[in-house]
Amino acid sequence: MAGAVEHDYHILPPSPWPFFAGIAALVWGLGMVVFFTGLVPRSGDGAMMEFFFARGLDTIQGRDGSGGGWIILLIGTLMAAYVMYGWWRDVAAESARGEHTPVIDLGLRYGMIMFIMQEAMFFVGWFWMFFELGLFHKFRAGWNPDILENPESYASWPPPSIETVDPWHLPLMNTLILLLSGTTVTWGHHALVHGDRKGAKWGIGLTVALGVLFLAVMAYEYTHLFHYRLEDGMNGTFWLSTNVYGSAFFMATGFHGLHVLIGAIFLFAMWARLMNGGMSPEKHFGLEAAAWYWHFVDVVWLFLFAFIYVAFV
Amino acid sequence: MVAIPGADIPVVHTPADDKPGFWARWFYSTNHKDIGILYLIFGIFSGLLGGFLSFMMRMELATPGIDVFSSEHTYLVFVTMHGLIMIFFMVMPALIGGFGNYFLPIMIGAPDMAFPRMNNLSFWLLPVALICLLISFFVPGAAEGNGFGGAWVMYPPLSTTGSPGPAFDFIIIGLLAAGFSSIFGAINFITTILNMRAPGMTMHKMPLFAWAMLVTAFLLLLALPVLAAALFMLLTDRIEGGTAFFDPARGGDPQMFQHLFWFFGHPEVYIMILPAFGIVSHIVSTFSKKPIFGYLGMAYAMVAIGVVGFVVWAHHMYTVGMDVNVKAYFVLATLVIAVPTGVKVFSWLATMWGGSIRFTVPMLWAIGFIILFVVGGVTGVMLANAGVTTYLHDTYYVVAHFHYVLSMGAVFGIFAGWYYWYGKMFGHHYNGFLARLHFWLFFIGVNVIFFPQHFLGLNSMPRRYIDYPVEFEFWNMVSSWGAWITLASVAVFFVVLIEAFLMRNKRRVGNNYWGEGATTLEWTISSPPPYHQFSVLPRIDAGDSDPHEEVDEAYARREGDSA
Ligand code: HEM
Ligand SMILES: [Cu+2]
Repeated sequence: MAGAVEHDYHILPPSPWPFFAGIAALVWGLGMVVFFTGLVPRSGDGAMMEFFFARGLDTIQGRDGSGGGWIILLIGTLMAAYVMYGWWRDVAAESARGEHTPVIDLGLRYGMIMFIMQEAMFFVGWFWMFFELGLFHKFRAGWNPDILENPESYASWPPPSIETVDPWHLPLMNTLILLLSGTTVTWGHHALVHGDRKGAKWGIGLTVALGVLFLAVMAYEYTHLFHYRLEDGMNGTFWLSTNVYGSAFFMATGFHGLHVLIGAIFLFAMWARLMNGGMSPEKHFGLEAAAWYWHFVDVVWLFLFAFIYVAFV
Repeated sequence: MVAIPGADIPVVHTPADDKPGFWARWFYSTNHKDIGILYLIFGIFSGLLGGFLSFMMRMELATPGIDVFSSEHTYLVFVTMHGLIMIFFMVMPALIGGFGNYFLPIMIGAPDMAFPRMNNLSFWLLPVALICLLISFFVPGAAEGNGFGGAWVMYPPLSTTGSPGPAFDFIIIGLLAAGFSSIFGAINFITTILNMRAPGMTMHKMPLFAWAMLVTAFLLLLALPVLAAALFMLLTDRIEGGTAFFDPARGGDPQMFQHLFWFFGHPEVYIMILPAFGIVSHIVSTFSKKPIFGYLGMAYAMVAIGVVGFVVWAHHMYTVGMDVNVKAYFVLATLVIAVPTGVKVFSWLATMWGGSIRFTVPMLWAIGFIILFVVGGVTGVMLANAGVTTYLHDTYYVVAHFHYVLSMGAVFGIFAGWYYWYGKMFGHHYNGFLARLHFWLFFIGVNVIFFPQHFLGLNSMPRRYIDYPVEFEFWNMVSSWGAWITLASVAVFFVVLIEAFLMRNKRRVGNNYWGEGATTLEWTISSPPPYHQFSVLPRIDAGDSDPHEEVDEAYARREGDSA
């Protein structure tokens, strides 16, 4: 059994990152619970406890006597970010040292495909919810004892009180932004393959910028909906809690926005590696993975646009 | 216990055995075998915890009236946590994380998993998840008290307005962590299987345990994200001024949670049983001294179970008021799964048929598995019928059914694997008499617990209640005696472990202590295996040659090269 290693697989030395990722997850999870529900009531005695452990949402929602509640979540998030940074820095260094043999490169590809598959299934959950609501509202209005008094208001989709977002304004613009970013990321990738590092930097950099622009437009749309609702006294337009249309709309598009953010950070990291002289025309799987992820996010948006914005209004 | 070939083989130390220091080895591990052992230890710990909860429940149910628990709420918290802990923290870690990690790479001739660091992350997310669940016991849940008592299925409104305290949020976070652990694990297993099989090991030559892990990993990969989405919906629904997914007053649909949950939940039951199928196949073949009957049929039966397993979920929802046509579909689809399952059971029997069977300890567990799994399967076929289940839904009949497939199926699979591979993992053997005692006590114990529950269920005793009418007293009492027997068997299990540990130097085992019938690659390397096996990859040839020779030849070649 002894002797030289004669295979191309990765036998890694022990690494602290996974263990600390677990610790970060624990802190982050505790932070989530505190943020959403809180562990101590806001009774006013024990300012320290309340600052750390009282419900953080109160702070966001501007309730009286509230403050804090978000600090553990922040710490957990920062810890997780640090672990990810350290972990992926190690991976990049291993790649730079030439440790990623072709078979390992292939393994990374398989891994990324699986990861995207599970992301897709996550969105299947949200779309399933949306389609159920959009297609079977008549049945629900029929049997649901809680809404027997005014079944008409739930017998159509979206519910009649809702004034939906016009898909041909901001959403169309966002569609174009994302489609354009799909071309720039391909440009960047191909430029790198052909040894044109300058083109690669431009392509990837522009993609990140377009991603940020997408998020900015989305944030604008959200705030618009939010304020419009306030001025209108809940009539006409909608928010997350107005009714289930708002819930499905905001959670589906919101989780997509979160994935755009992740994809943009991923691409930004690859851009930074490019700027630091990393990656070569032959070896740049990190960039490819980021591009795959970006295309995936793009496709999800097309589905959101087609069904949530255009078809079911 | 049969004679162990090569029982006095000395333990040789080689450079491949150089291990990192204690902390780095067990906390920062990147070694699939060490991580597998961590998973197994974790599984044993959680099994004790979940077992303690169920024992307390059985003590409460031994007689009518409320005598052990202080409140019904606490009892329901125990029911809930027992279910969650047994599923996510005992069966899955032991079968998938434990045996999967330890043996899958060896069986396909790989030196380690594809992503050794992510492998460790999969493990460490589990203690994190368990800590979250344990905290949940002690923080406010519903108005009635601490903890969450809305059952492991977490249906709203019990999990939303019915349980406003942080207890349930901790469960959400814990399950998300456990879910990510399994998703990362699934990515790792699939990549390892697709990318790291030894030269010559085609998919159709892969051992059945590897096939089982492949299907299991795909089920995890595709089912868990949907649960994650459903958990996020619960999380935001629980907020005041939050979403309305499951709130009928705002147009929401509580039934949708059940769809999302069971879309995950049904594949989950196959996630728990398929690895056990794989283990049992190896054991049956080894101790019948015959190759498994109908290898390809066995492999593709698992694939079929996996695929069809995704389209049967609503058989858990026959009483929610679904359209009768929808029910008809789900009855049919569910019954279809009995076909590939039958293929598996009959192939095991056909493997034993005409074989020279040795009733070793793992073989006992494997045969016990087959018998009890069939009992659970038959009651499953009954419950697949919507008409029947209209009456049996949420009765003890269902409890008996799923414990026959889980508490006996999956757990017998775990113990079968444990006794089959114990020598391989630790390099020494256990005492055969004690191990048999463990088996018989456990076999009798769980049957005494759960068989009477069929009668209780047929007489409509509902599940998830702390109390029951005196008419049900007799069989409940019997069932609780069974819990005592099972407790005794668990004690014997620990005696087996301690005895084996104390006698470890007297009972060293060789590479292949089961002899001729054991043909997979793990039997070609030392027990315990070197810290990194297969520095030279084994080659599997096209013919049906003996893998032992393959490895010997490979090493001989290498030695020749370096000489
Ligand atoms: C042999 C020891 C075990 C005993 C004595 C036992 C006992 C019980 C009891 C009394 C209940 C409550 C039934 C009800 O009121 O609905 C229960 C529920 C349950 N058990 Fe077990 N159990 C054992 C092992 C297991 C194992 C090994 C598993 C899984 C792998 C398991 C999974 C479950 C599940 C999922 C539930 C349903 C929980 C719920 O309704 O939320 N049990 N068990
Ligand atoms: Cu099912």
